[in-house]
Amino acid sequence: MRMIRTREGARRERALESGGFMGRETLELRDHYDSAVRSGRPLAEAKELWRFRHLVRELVARDLTVRYKRSVLGVGWTLLGPLLQMAALTVALSALMKSQIVNYPVYFLAGSLFWTFFSQATGHTAGLATDALELSKRVYLPRSAFVAASIGVALVNLLLSLVPLLLIALATGRPPGLTWLFLPVAIVIGTAFTAGVGLVVFTLACRFVDVRDTYLVILQPWFFLTPILYPREIVPERFQGIVRYNPMTYLVEVFRAPIYDGWLPGWKTLLFSVFAAIASLAVGWWFYASRIDDYASRS
Amino acid sequence: MPPGADEPSPAIQLDGVTVRYHVAREVVASLKEYAIRKLAGRIEHDEFVGLRGIDLVIQPGERVGVVGANGAGKSTLLRLIARVRRPTEGRVVVRGRVAPLLELGLGFHAELTGRENVILQGTLLGLSRREVVAKMPSIAAFAEIEAFLDAPIRTYSTGMAARLAFAVATDVDPDVLLVDEALAVGDERFRARCHDRMNHFRERGKTFLLVSHALTEVAETCQRAVWIADGRVMRDGPAKDVCREYKEWSRGGGPAPS
Repeated sequence: MRMIRTREGARRERALESGGFMGRETLELRDHYDSAVRSGRPLAEAKELWRFRHLVRELVARDLTVRYKRSVLGVGWTLLGPLLQMAALTVALSALMKSQIVNYPVYFLAGSLFWTFFSQATGHTAGLATDALELSKRVYLPRSAFVAASIGVALVNLLLSLVPLLLIALATGRPPGLTWLFLPVAIVIGTAFTAGVGLVVFTLACRFVDVRDTYLVILQPWFFLTPILYPREIVPERFQGIVRYNPMTYLVEVFRAPIYDGWLPGWKTLLFSVFAAIASLAVGWWFYASRIDDYASRS
Repeated sequence: MPPGADEPSPAIQLDGVTVRYHVAREVVASLKEYAIRKLAGRIEHDEFVGLRGIDLVIQPGERVGVVGANGAGKSTLLRLIARVRRPTEGRVVVRGRVAPLLELGLGFHAELTGRENVILQGTLLGLSRREVVAKMPSIAAFAEIEAFLDAPIRTYSTGMAARLAFAVATDVDPDVLLVDEALAVGDERFRARCHDRMNHFRERGKTFLLVSHALTEVAETCQRAVWIADGRVMRDGPAKDVCREYKEWSRGGGPAPS
């Protein structure tokens, strides 16, 4: 007991002598809180997120640890999941799609990986809302950190699942070409779109308990209305409008084209997807910034 | 006058702060139900005022106790300073790193181990993982839970969790420490060590805010006390005087002095 206290005291004194702890000035600056400065501006929140980047990292690590270390198959599961899904769907749908799609496994898997990333990242924010509310009752944190963490986890999963995709692409005679280098751009666009939707789902989940279920109800038809399982062309003329006005059509295409087609997405597709991403981010941000304080303080 | 009052920048400053809560008359927790009611125009709110136009200036290095009856607005005040809640009106300015100990534990996660929680808490207070890991031995030693560091927090006793929370909050070297009743948990020995640490804080010019019903503790630990009643500051002065007045008023049950 006495020894512990002495050691503790000595440490404190050393800290005192060296003028404290890390750069004092920078600390003072970044730890200045003034409620009159509204935190509703994107730039301010982005700065706060950067300040709390260690927290985001920790939240992502926590999620991945739970998912990988504590499950029986570990990382293998992430790699195995898409493979199994692809195998099942290939068996079921290849014959059906043979005339339309040359290499169905790669076509489906490329689109499905992006969809999984999107649905996982946005759906998971609803699950994190409980944590966010609990924590933010006791200590300040930018709540968007949870949306960022959710996207972070889904991004890691997406990058990991590119490995089985690569293997299948090789095995089915569609080796990756230089167009794969475009993937980072596609992922950035997709992430921006995902962040916007994620912010809305997260904000709603901070207020209502049934958001996760309701959102799943929306996700499922959305999946089937996006050309992932089937090519865009087979949709009957009178339903083409649905596909045309579905932003996911373009986002999936931007991600799939460099993998499946081996060329870059057309400029129109690219333009639409960038527009969808910016619009989603703007709406999501506005919804989050205008409601989160109110919603979160109800609990 | 509190020491350092002539300094240009106070550690904590509240200007005309009012906090209003909107409490829905019925709990509408489901999105579907809300949509239906919204369409039918059936959402009603009650307004509840937590604080009414509070002005408060706390200088760096002051140790301030906040006393008052339940529901007077003490915890709301602490939440404002901790940045957990925004003022409805007025302005709150806090300078320096704030370590809040609101409620029990500063947000521990029951399923994670003590070690994982310390890391999460440390990053919540703005440290990097490496910085927290470096502090781990001293945090565990102060909380006296070295043997349980890798057990889930749910297996901890209330006292252990409170000690760990206190150890983390004070080891991140905050400029402002906010404590809501947390010191009441733990045995005499631990409380003595807490006071040691508080004294260290004081010597280094750190600010300390304690919300407590234990008036003797407030009178002992703090030099200044603020008595809050019905969302207003009733008395603000030397801790011993304010505590005595508050005690007399609570015993008498009479109307608050204005």
